[in-house]
Amino acid sequence: MADLSIEFAGIKSPNPFWLASAPPTDKAYNVERAFEAGWGGVVWKTLGEDPAAVNVSSRYSATYDAFGNVAGFNNIELITDRSLDINLREIEAVKKSWPDRALIVSLMVPCEESPWKKILKMVEQTGADGIELNFGCPHGMPERGMGAAVGQVPEYVQMVTRWCKQYSTLPVIVKLTPNITDIRLSSRAAHAGGADAVSLINTINSITSIDLDNMVARPNVDGKSTHGGYCGPAVKPIAMNMVSEIARDTHTQGLPISGIGGISNWRDAAEFISLGSGSVQVCTAAMIYGFRIVQEMKSGLSDWMDSKGYEKISDFQGLAVPNTTDWKYLNMNYKVIASIDDDKCIGCGRCYIGCEDTSHQAIKPLAQADGTNKFEIIEEECVGCNLCQITCPVDDCITMVKQDNDQGYMNWTQDSRNPYRDAS
Amino acid sequence: MNLTHTALSISGQDALNELFNDIKPALTERQALLESARCLYCYDAPCIKACPSDINIPSFITQIHAHNNEGAAKVIYENNILGGSCARVCPTEILCEESCVRNKEAECSPVLIGQLQRFATDNARFVGHPFAREDTTGKKIAIIGAGPAGLSCAHRLALKGHEVEIFEANQKAGGLNEYGIAKYKLTDNFAQKEVDFILGVGGITLHTNKALGKDINLKALTAQFDAVFLAIGLQNTRQLMLANENATGMQNAVDYIKVLRQSTDISALEIPVRAVVIGAGNTAIDIACQLRRLGTEDVTLVYRRGEADMGATSHEQMIARDHQVRIRTWSRPDTIITDASGAVTAMRFRRTHIESGSLTDTEHTFDIPCEAVFKAVGQTLHTPIEDNYPLHVSSGKVEVDKHFKTNIGKVFAGGDCTQVGQDLTVEAVQQGKLAALSIHDYLLPSSH
Repeated sequence: MADLSIEFAGIKSPNPFWLASAPPTDKAYNVERAFEAGWGGVVWKTLGEDPAAVNVSSRYSATYDAFGNVAGFNNIELITDRSLDINLREIEAVKKSWPDRALIVSLMVPCEESPWKKILKMVEQTGADGIELNFGCPHGMPERGMGAAVGQVPEYVQMVTRWCKQYSTLPVIVKLTPNITDIRLSSRAAHAGGADAVSLINTINSITSIDLDNMVARPNVDGKSTHGGYCGPAVKPIAMNMVSEIARDTHTQGLPISGIGGISNWRDAAEFISLGSGSVQVCTAAMIYGFRIVQEMKSGLSDWMDSKGYEKISDFQGLAVPNTTDWKYLNMNYKVIASIDDDKCIGCGRCYIGCEDTSHQAIKPLAQADGTNKFEIIEEECVGCNLCQITCPVDDCITMVKQDNDQGYMNWTQDSRNPYRDAS
Repeated sequence: MNLTHTALSISGQDALNELFNDIKPALTERQALLESARCLYCYDAPCIKACPSDINIPSFITQIHAHNNEGAAKVIYENNILGGSCARVCPTEILCEESCVRNKEAECSPVLIGQLQRFATDNARFVGHPFAREDTTGKKIAIIGAGPAGLSCAHRLALKGHEVEIFEANQKAGGLNEYGIAKYKLTDNFAQKEVDFILGVGGITLHTNKALGKDINLKALTAQFDAVFLAIGLQNTRQLMLANENATGMQNAVDYIKVLRQSTDISALEIPVRAVVIGAGNTAIDIACQLRRLGTEDVTLVYRRGEADMGATSHEQMIARDHQVRIRTWSRPDTIITDASGAVTAMRFRRTHIESGSLTDTEHTFDIPCEAVFKAVGQTLHTPIEDNYPLHVSSGKVEVDKHFKTNIGKVFAGGDCTQVGQDLTVEAVQQGKLAALSIHDYLLPSSH
């Protein structure tokens, strides 16, 4: 059976599944339950200076898929609304009870040296395994000069990271905000500040929906709303791209990454790990299904690793990174063409109408005697875009078939059609 | 559907009424939203081609999913103003749902199109009537018969700006929806609600208790109106042509269903302990199942041919079996056996088989003891039209051309009384609609 244990930035954990700093990790009661359920680690919900933050009523909203399942989740909660003292005492007690689990404490104090110095000392005394700097919270806290307001300025990221490394012996994980233009600038700043790792993504500025009867966004707080932080399955593609950007960046090579963003099952986790993540953090899936969901995540990851012959997480960590490249290095000579399996085709015609209206007019409907249609690929017109395969509701009915040609690898920098190609 | 109670002895009107609740209860909003998500929004959708009334099914389902029941209902009504009753009575299993592409893939289960159609039409909340009439044309059309064909025709003509008068022989409009459909298929006075909705567009005057050949005649109507649409259905009931056919206990299924549907106290109905139903269409199934619900202990449905030849769909046959109706095939009525008082005591059947390609008697007979025999062997056309107005009839149906014109000038016909289609409600609606468009073209040939 595969070994799921990890050591991430010096922090040991029996499995790579951590609960992200968020409502599920706000107090000992929840964290105890999470550890009982089998989570490898927890990033305790962000601590701040006293007096503790005060939250509003009505805090979450969501977007849904066609079958009513949560696709994206949005929250306007602030950092912990409990006193620093209570949190610290609970952290200490929980860590004592669960020595084998990773317990990381998320922090956010004003962007000045002394508050950081002060809180770091206090956290260190709890026996926690590490700290995570919340430079990402996109709602409420930035208005007070914290959270994303720090994460959006690389100089601040570097400065605060350096203070943390200076005043704490614990591993420092810098949590990055996705509400920027180039994630690499933030991770380079964290790296320059001495960060032991980065974690990403924090939530994305979002408005999930509008109540059109009352003309107010959700969540509704007495007739008004404010943007929240978006998470859940919908943000996974954005998060994975940002993870891969950092994993590929030569400036931050080797910097451990804790992947966060819409991880709902083992496959999502495996994908983040394949892009270089050394641990993964989960929140929305736990909030929707409860902590027990980690059982299926662990078993799924373990079974898949067994099927692939991977014995430990590091065996496949980052394997997809070298295959994530710039567009200009893609092979211009590679060609696929769609192929429709008539036996599997149910005749819905979605491939045809999508291609005809919006793509390359490469599918021909053939009227059958019984009034149904068959669909045929016009190979000369097909560019291999995958649209028909994507819209087809039947598994494996449309396949993209690689076309053999004698031409080898040639990228855009070498392509004669590129007026700016490399001189050879 | 829970039929366990049919085995119990039922007493009291409330308990009986309970038994005639919707056989297919309406979808909840949640169910409708989930079911609508299953529609693939097919291009050149097979369900549209399979719908006799050309409803744009993927469009209305997509609108349900987008929480627009009004938009969904309007899509349905645009092609089928009786979309509400068709949603309940259509044999969707041999029409739209049979053609659904979801039958073919791994799910092997069609989108519940009929149920979704009902959801949309039940839950649409229009501000005013969803349709507006075009400018008045000054033309007047008489429609004879306020069943689905007549109502559909009236609706379309009214939209085109014509004035319509409907003459209905019965006390109420609705035709078979009011008088002939099984009680558990159209509940809560739905037929009358639908009639009110259709008349709500304006320009349609309904005259009830006006029977052709008695209260009105075709000659006078053709003189008075610019066009006449005959939608008189099939009023006569086919008989067995046996001795004792008028014995006590011998009944026409349609007559009994009519009484049942109009009854305000179904506990007062006379119910046989054992009944035989002769026939193989939906009327035969309907009467058999309703008798079981009313408390008849033993119902045997007998058909002269095999199951595959039955007019009732396999889905309908399944409903009959769920009602513990015994179905006996390859047997034809032979003798009505009566007692001294002239009441039916049994029905004798002769076994049949196919010999040299045709249905042939065998020497075997059997008797089924019963107190009542319900004949459901089909309805036939009755044209109470003046002798000097010879309406062409062939194979027992009014002859019409592709424009639904009869041989008589100004006179059009549609629905069950014509030779077109298989006498489904949805086909009657379609014929009424198409006939209205033909009448419109006939009255205003320059209109396009």
